[in-house]
Amino acid sequence: MQVKRGLAEMLKGGVIMDVVNPEQAKIAEDAGACAVMALERVPADIRRDGGVSRMSDPEMIEGIKAVTTIPVMAKARIGHFVEAQILQALGVDYVDESEVLTPADEAHHIDKYAFTVPFVCGATNLGEALRRISEGACMIRSKGEAGTGNIVEAVRHLRSILGDIRKITQADSAELFQWAKVLQAPLPLVQEIAETGKLQVPLFCAGGIATPADAALAMQLGAEAVFVGSGIFKSNDPAPRARAIVEATTHFRDADILAKVSRGLGAPMTGIGMDDTTKFAERGW
Amino acid sequence: MSASIVGVLALQGAFVAHERALRSVGASTLQVRIPADLDKVQALVMPGGESTTMSKLLVSSGLFDVLADRLHDGLPVFGTCAGMILLATEVLDGREDQRSLGAIDVSVRRNGYGRQVDSFETDIPVTGLSNPFHAVFIRAPKVERLGAGVEVLAECEGVPVLAREGSVTVASFHPELTPDARLHEQFLRHHSII
Repeated sequence: MQVKRGLAEMLKGGVIMDVVNPEQAKIAEDAGACAVMALERVPADIRRDGGVSRMSDPEMIEGIKAVTTIPVMAKARIGHFVEAQILQALGVDYVDESEVLTPADEAHHIDKYAFTVPFVCGATNLGEALRRISEGACMIRSKGEAGTGNIVEAVRHLRSILGDIRKITQADSAELFQWAKVLQAPLPLVQEIAETGKLQVPLFCAGGIATPADAALAMQLGAEAVFVGSGIFKSNDPAPRARAIVEATTHFRDADILAKVSRGLGAPMTGIGMDDTTKFAERGW
Repeated sequence: MSASIVGVLALQGAFVAHERALRSVGASTLQVRIPADLDKVQALVMPGGESTTMSKLLVSSGLFDVLADRLHDGLPVFGTCAGMILLATEVLDGREDQRSLGAIDVSVRRNGYGRQVDSFETDIPVTGLSNPFHAVFIRAPKVERLGAGVEVLAECEGVPVLAREGSVTVASFHPELTPDARLHEQFLRHHSII
């Protein structure tokens, strides 16, 4: 378990970038990404194209593994344990059981204890996070709303998860039973949070980061690292933006550095509002 | 020496876990991200994480050259995993533009033990510790050559995994991921910081 959970510790303070081909993977690594997420289409394109979205072609994942020296992650559909088996056989370093892909099971997530490869799962609130941890997830990320370039949902999810953790540390032992019931989460995990004041696994931010300031906002709210999906390669000039987001994630409390790295990056991805959007975050149970 | 502050390089990686371990044995810690932070510390821990990322951030933050000077002047430093890579004289399978500080005469191969699916944990005997240490190896770097002046403190299957030369100590594994802080304590005592 230390081995499985440990890799998330190594990714802290870093930026994990979505890439769809080896060229983008090189740009990400050159910019200082601590890992890449290999997928066929970035969420903004998945959103635009519609249809069923699945695990990437193994050939494409192999192509990205071949050109990078940093960890490579890949996505499996919610509940699609065979996609996860294939990704583990390919030797990917992390599997994201992701709501960005079309769910394969409307009741069950993958039993992540059955794998040696570690899993990251999305969550919108603490109950969801604890259910994923009870299934063996080694890292939780906010779901945010992938492919929108809009940080509002990720902020909502981080505030919900971290706010409830703060409240639970103030609860008495009788109230913890009620918290477990309300959160629909295992009582022992709730009791553990009451004692330690933190989630059992690292909490990262994903879903809507488009600027260095967005990344620093997530970090100041309490995320321990950030995923950037469409925000880099749907912007006008990906390489400098990628570098700036890496700098902003490290120096997230230093407003002088944030001001410096935010300059002259060209246009960010256009982004969309939440009213006219199908919410990927509602996928997952 | 109670006023000593131990810096933890906090550009990226497992720096919070190192701070926890250092504090558990009574050290005061400071996260180091810019040169002004480094000025305040009397020892430094360089954590695991992604060495290519840290290498870039060391340069862009202006830390690389001032850290190289401090290391040259004998700053006690403990580098684990990526920290070991950054302190080595030679990095194999690194990026072409990856910079290392050359503070300890070893050659290390990045991800020498393989990818995440090859990561492992095992108990190893350590010089100076009465009981074995539970070592966690994650996409770990492998020592392939040691300089004459480097002392080996622990081996795993015949390969050095904990080594010291002068003020520089390096480990292939992650002593910050287990509750056992004996190696942090050993480092601090060796340099009379606690």
